[in-house]
Amino acid sequence: MFILVALVLAVLPLILRNNYQVSVLVFIGIFTILTVGLSLLMGYAGQVSLGHAVFYGMGGYGAGILVLRAGLPAWAAIPCAAMITGLIAYVIGIPLLRLKGNYLAMATLGLNIIFFLIATNETALTGGPNGLQGYGKLTIGPLIFKSDRQFYYLVWTVALVVLALSLNIVNSRVGRALRAIHGSEVAAETLGVDTARFKVQVLVLSAIYASLAGSLYAFWIGIVSPGDFSVNFSTELVVMVAIGGLASVWGAIFGAAAVIMLTELLRNFLPRLLGSTSGELQIVTFGVILMLIMIFLPEGLTSGIVNRLRARSMRRQENKT
Amino acid sequence: MLIAGITVGSIYALIALGFVVIHNVTGVINFAQGEFAMLGALVAITLSEKTMLFNRSVSVRLEWPLPLAIAVAALLVAGVGMALYRFAIRPANTRSVIVQIIITIGAAIALRGAALIVWGTDPHRLPNFTNGAPIKIGQAVMTQQDLWMVGTALVLLVLLYLFFQRTLIGKALRACAINRTAARLMGINVNTMTFLAFALSAGIGALAGIVIAPKTFISYDSGAFLGLKGFVAAAVGGLENETSAVIGGLALGLLETLAAGLLSSGYKDAIAFIALFIILFLQASGIWRRGGGSRDAAGV
Repeated sequence: MFILVALVLAVLPLILRNNYQVSVLVFIGIFTILTVGLSLLMGYAGQVSLGHAVFYGMGGYGAGILVLRAGLPAWAAIPCAAMITGLIAYVIGIPLLRLKGNYLAMATLGLNIIFFLIATNETALTGGPNGLQGYGKLTIGPLIFKSDRQFYYLVWTVALVVLALSLNIVNSRVGRALRAIHGSEVAAETLGVDTARFKVQVLVLSAIYASLAGSLYAFWIGIVSPGDFSVNFSTELVVMVAIGGLASVWGAIFGAAAVIMLTELLRNFLPRLLGSTSGELQIVTFGVILMLIMIFLPEGLTSGIVNRLRARSMRRQENKT
Repeated sequence: MLIAGITVGSIYALIALGFVVIHNVTGVINFAQGEFAMLGALVAITLSEKTMLFNRSVSVRLEWPLPLAIAVAALLVAGVGMALYRFAIRPANTRSVIVQIIITIGAAIALRGAALIVWGTDPHRLPNFTNGAPIKIGQAVMTQQDLWMVGTALVLLVLLYLFFQRTLIGKALRACAINRTAARLMGINVNTMTFLAFALSAGIGALAGIVIAPKTFISYDSGAFLGLKGFVAAAVGGLENETSAVIGGLALGLLETLAAGLLSSGYKDAIAFIALFIILFLQASGIWRRGGGSRDAAGV
């Protein structure tokens, strides 16, 4: 499965003639890195995050600040930003993950708002509301990443590494421990799982993923502004993970792709259909889709449908015998 | 300054009450609570003032008298609250907190988007309920609208207190909050009571939005911040206690106005969340928590 996906992804840009389509795929790659991490945190460890844009923003701003204000070369700035983000996630995570359910959701939401305010107000560091720009070219050794196609390969290489790593984690002892935590924290604790440590570790990992995605996004687009890392962005990520199926690494890719394609579709078709030009209906559609999926297929679109089909075919076989 | 704090605080208190009423009866935190306030205000404005709707293509000129507009708006939003329960929360029939959170967030996004379609991005405003000279209390000056805000909050609080303590329905609601199964065994219709809780909570939220509408402009996205601050206020009392929700709201309002003088104005909105973190961490570490098993501690 994994090799097949990698092969398709490698060939895809050769088939596509259209640069717009490639850029949509770059976006899907960036979001895949984000949603895979969030799926580990929400689906496997069962910890809600409505502030994942914070770590994404730390990657975006962090890399830029390291390049512009500290003079680091771009290839070094991205991992440095990821390390710093991971460290911050660790420090925040220890008290944060002691909160549960609704409280955790609101606290992460609050964190996102505070991050947004810092990004808007600390003009000397972040460029304020106008955003931070001047990222320059991203070069790694002899490789220069400039065009959409070049970024496509860079982003998807990172995404595939993230994916492979996450699939391994999910199928390992750690993955089983995380699912135990999701099932019941108390039960996991009594069975000898150090729940606090595992939860923080997953948060740090998903924060590092998000930071990488943020840095790549920043170098690709060339400018970041506070609006890129708002609460809305965090909720959009949750939508993607929910559509893909909370506890499904593959579903995370599907969710990212589905939401981005839907957004692009709505953007192209709705104005023609209704004559309105802004993304208003897009927002309503998002909300309604999110509710419908959670009400009728709480396991997510992919696992939900797969489970139903499986149950149906089993019933059919029982009927035969 | 003290008065400014209490005025804003009374609005937070009302929204906090909305959170507590729903949470007590269903265990759900309604992330669309702030949207009720936004909807209430916008509907009341449309009914009483000349407003342009649907991308300025439709002009509505009902100009109903204000009290009628307010009453209809509150009832309408109460209906939205009941619809939210009937069509989103009840069919899901889940106890998974993540799923509940995502559903109400979806509802919040949908309501916000619907408001965007109907009212556009323009900020709207109600006129002051009464125009008259500001009232002097000692050294402080209070506008008549401030008085309306504090007054509405106070009257609603007293009414709610009487409702919960003195009426049969109120007592039945409290029974559902304590133990749903036991309440059902006692012959209380839990389903009806949950509808009532959602209607009550949405109605209170709508009124909160309406009384603040003459003071600040309300637009489609005003609900998010009102909701978040209401939650912070409700979190003070562990989301379960009406009285501490009110105290939390007032305290938050005061804290914000006092700290606004110390911090740069850009960070005014951060205060509520810093306060939230401190309160939550105190609660998580058990310093704050009162005795007795809470719903969350029971591992539900």
